[in-house]
Amino acid sequence: MDLSAIDPQILVASLMVASTPILLAALGELVVERSGVLNLGVEGMMITGAICGFAIAVETGSPALGFLAAMAGSALLSLVFGVLTQIFLSNQVATGLALTLFGLGLSALLGQGYVGIKPPPTTDLNFGPLRDIPVLGPILFQHDAVVYLSLILVAGVWAVLKFTRAGLVLRAVGENHDAAHALGYKVVRIRLLAIMFGGALAGLGGAYLSLVRVPQWTEGMTAGAGWIALAIVVFASWKAPRILLGAYLFGGVTVLQLNLQAAGVAIPVEYLSMSPYLITILVLVIISSDRSRVALNAPASLGRTFHASS
Amino acid sequence: MTDLLTIEGLTKAYPGVRANDDVSFTVGEGEVHALLGENGAGKSTLVKIIYGLVKPDSGRMTLRGAPYEPTEPRSARAAGVAMVFQHFSLFEALNVAENVALGMEDPPPQRQLAARIRAVSENYGLPLDPSRMVGDLSAGERQRVEIIRCLLQDPKLLIMDEPTSVLTPQEVEILFETLRKLSEEGTAILYISHKLEEIRALCDNATILRLGKVVDSCDPREKSAAELAEMMVGTVLHNPNRQPAEPGEIVLDVSGLSVKPSTPFGKTLKNLHFTVRAGEVLGIGGVAGNGQDELLAALSGEVLADANAIRLNGQPIGQLGPNARRRLAMLSAPEERMGHAAAPDMSLTENALLTGAIRENLVNRGVVKWPAARAFAKRIIEGFDVRTPGPDNMARALSGGNLQKFVIGREVLQRPDILVVNQPTWGVDASAAAAIRQALLDLASAGAAVIVISQDLDELMEVSDRFAALNEGRLSEARPTRALSLEEIGLMMGGAHGMEVAHVAG
Repeated sequence: MDLSAIDPQILVASLMVASTPILLAALGELVVERSGVLNLGVEGMMITGAICGFAIAVETGSPALGFLAAMAGSALLSLVFGVLTQIFLSNQVATGLALTLFGLGLSALLGQGYVGIKPPPTTDLNFGPLRDIPVLGPILFQHDAVVYLSLILVAGVWAVLKFTRAGLVLRAVGENHDAAHALGYKVVRIRLLAIMFGGALAGLGGAYLSLVRVPQWTEGMTAGAGWIALAIVVFASWKAPRILLGAYLFGGVTVLQLNLQAAGVAIPVEYLSMSPYLITILVLVIISSDRSRVALNAPASLGRTFHASS
Repeated sequence: MTDLLTIEGLTKAYPGVRANDDVSFTVGEGEVHALLGENGAGKSTLVKIIYGLVKPDSGRMTLRGAPYEPTEPRSARAAGVAMVFQHFSLFEALNVAENVALGMEDPPPQRQLAARIRAVSENYGLPLDPSRMVGDLSAGERQRVEIIRCLLQDPKLLIMDEPTSVLTPQEVEILFETLRKLSEEGTAILYISHKLEEIRALCDNATILRLGKVVDSCDPREKSAAELAEMMVGTVLHNPNRQPAEPGEIVLDVSGLSVKPSTPFGKTLKNLHFTVRAGEVLGIGGVAGNGQDELLAALSGEVLADANAIRLNGQPIGQLGPNARRRLAMLSAPEERMGHAAAPDMSLTENALLTGAIRENLVNRGVVKWPAARAFAKRIIEGFDVRTPGPDNMARALSGGNLQKFVIGREVLQRPDILVVNQPTWGVDASAAAAIRQALLDLASAGAAVIVISQDLDELMEVSDRFAALNEGRLSEARPTRALSLEEIGLMMGGAHGMEVAHVAG
């Protein structure tokens, strides 16, 4: 065992890369849940985004087009969920689970010709001299555009929810859809838009897995990242800045256990592999221990079917 | 008085029911116009049409002479029509200013809006802090939020849907002062209520609806409350009566009951003391959200308390759950019919079984005795005049009044020693309400102790022997109802909730 082989600098830098897919997916789901909709199909939308992005990037040679295609593909898939739950009033939990199963199958079908191919590389942004600052350079200034975009999106979602009228209306719809309807807000339309936003971000996160993090296509490659993203939304008590904290915590444990494995720590590999999930469960239990606080933060209409009865 | 809003031949039909049938009337500028009717008379549908939430099938409306056809609340607000809802139009997790902003077309930035809220609230004698969370406000304060939301848009017509159902008598006075001032300034008010005395005190004109049709109109100040009630119901109502009986032994002894709330905006019950004797009705009043739900939960056994805080015939039962208390003949019926007192998607037989299994002996070693359960449900339906095709009907299919009769009847027929009910006639039409009250009184005459928790003061005055009020989770001392004046009751309920009585700027 040689713990000195772990370089903290590289650890932190790779933590940011490892966390980005869950961060994006969780942020999208946060917006969906703040509008009062529980979409359990994050996993299915992520993997659909992963294959859509991978296929288009390989065909066109442009990772940027790949990312865009991933967002469009997953948003389209999420729209299926939206139409079923918001217009045909199907059960959100069952439909979300079905969406995950459907996404896994669809992606396997689409991805048949892409196994074992290398995608075009996604280049890092060039910050010039900033790259060479000791310690900070490798940690902060040697990443690709999506990492920075994800951070900007966290700040953006936070600001929109807190300071703008659109954010206020979104929160109002999630808080009490009957009241929002009585005041004349288009509950269904607002929720459909939120669902598509969540789909697009989940797709972007999925494509980041297949184009940057791994990078290649294998069936079922998201391996539960979508479920972790759902857990992180609860962990963050539906607040955007805490999504960042949750995602980086999970990403950090993931990267750390990989490094520990490489360093040959005398713990069976299986225990290390399950550690990020165990820690996520632990944190969720601790955070949910005060029941009335959790209920206070959760959008009051979350998961409830809205039907304009009047 | 010039006409502000004219309604001609408005009709709206839903499957199986004509909610509004050829309704016509006129509201003048600055007039306080009452819309009077029982639940289900079509008042709510009518105002929803005026506010653009519902489209009428036929009929015309004109506002200040111009055709008025709002397609959504936004266009109604733009035309100068504002509405204060009876419930569900506030967001508990948002603050006052955010709630107000949501009801406005293009609200100013939060800081300016907060200043305007303060200005308007002081001008109309409705003090309110814009930065407070709505979930922490009392019912009266919540209503102020709604009213101020409307006033900020300078409405010409203000619709108020049952605004006083959640207020103390003192708060009602403050509200009426505000409404009179608005009316003097030229704002017309369409006032919906089934509380006759209020309408007589406030309104210039009244239109009476029954089963969707306009049956009469009058000047309410020239009619007695009894005459108005007859117009509303169509028949003469019988007030419940009872044989006076000597109160017996103490059945329930509550001392030092404290309970923490189980919901984020719930109230903590603080050190409650009271007793109930056999053959006595104890009325517990108070404005909604002052601990009623928590008290019912503590008495039914849904929430456990200290064993000795609740004693039934001397036996400590604070730690017993609902079924154990049922075994000891302590039964209860909560406020919310759908989902709490009854399971909406289960049949009446199944619902009868759910609380009656133990006392009616409907289960044999874990196996349900369906014929017996069905017979029990039938007995409830016949004994309490529940209008339904049969015991196999879903609870959801029953109207509010019928389901409430079923829920109360189910408990009464189980021969309780003590029965606790919360809001037994909430949202129930007058004749069903009278039947329910009579059933409770008969139960007491037969020697049971009854606790009625209610926000309807008239109801409590009618049925209860002693009266106590819940305010902020504390219970006042119980006093004989007959000796109490309305003002004393208001003060027991917390007056205007600690706020200075409004001085309307002149």
